[in-house]
Amino acid sequence: MSDFENLSGNDKELQEFLMIEKQKAQVNAQIHEFNEICWEKCIGKPSTKLDHATETCLSNCVDRFIDTSLLITQRFAQMLQKQSGGM
Amino acid sequence: MAHANLEKGELIVQVKQQIALANAQEMLSKMTDKCFKKCINKPGKALDNSEQRCITQCMDRFLDTWNLVSRTYGNRLQREQVKQMSTESELN
Repeated sequence: MSDFENLSGNDKELQEFLMIEKQKAQVNAQIHEFNEICWEKCIGKPSTKLDHATETCLSNCVDRFIDTSLLITQRFAQMLQKQSGGM
Repeated sequence: MAHANLEKGELIVQVKQQIALANAQEMLSKMTDKCFKKCINKPGKALDNSEQRCITQCMDRFLDTWNLVSRTYGNRLQREQVKQMSTESELN
C-alpha cells in the first residue's frame, strides 16, 4: 500500500477511495475466514440447497466465533496485565 | 513509478479491476480447495458423474454459504456499532 500512499500523497479523493477499498478488503478477508471455518463445521455432503438447520448452524457459527474471539481477547489481555503487574 | 502519469480516474478504475480480479481468484481457489476435499474421496482415473455432480452442487452451496456468512457478519457489525454508540452516549 505504501506506493499508493506516496502517489496519493495530497489527493484527498484518491486517499479516501483507497482507504475505503482497504476497509472493504479487510471485511472481505474476514468473511473468507469465517466462511472457511463455518463451512468445515456446518456443511456435510453438499446437496441441492442449504437446509434450515444448516443455515442456523452457519449464522450461529459466525456469531459464536466472534464471541469466542472477543472473550479470548479480553481474557488474554487480563492475563498479560496480571503478568506484567506481578513483575 | 510507472503509474505516475495515469489520470486519477483511470487509476481508480484499474485498482478496482485489480481488486475484483484478486477477489475472484481468491474465491476460485477456496472453492476448488473445499469442493475437492468434499467431493473427491479417492482420486480415480477421471472425474466420474457423481463427482462432477457433487462439485457442481458444492460450488452452489459454497456461494450460498458465503452469502449467508457475509450477511450474518454484516448484521453483527451493525449491532456492535449500535452497542458502541449507545455506550458512548451513556458516557456523555
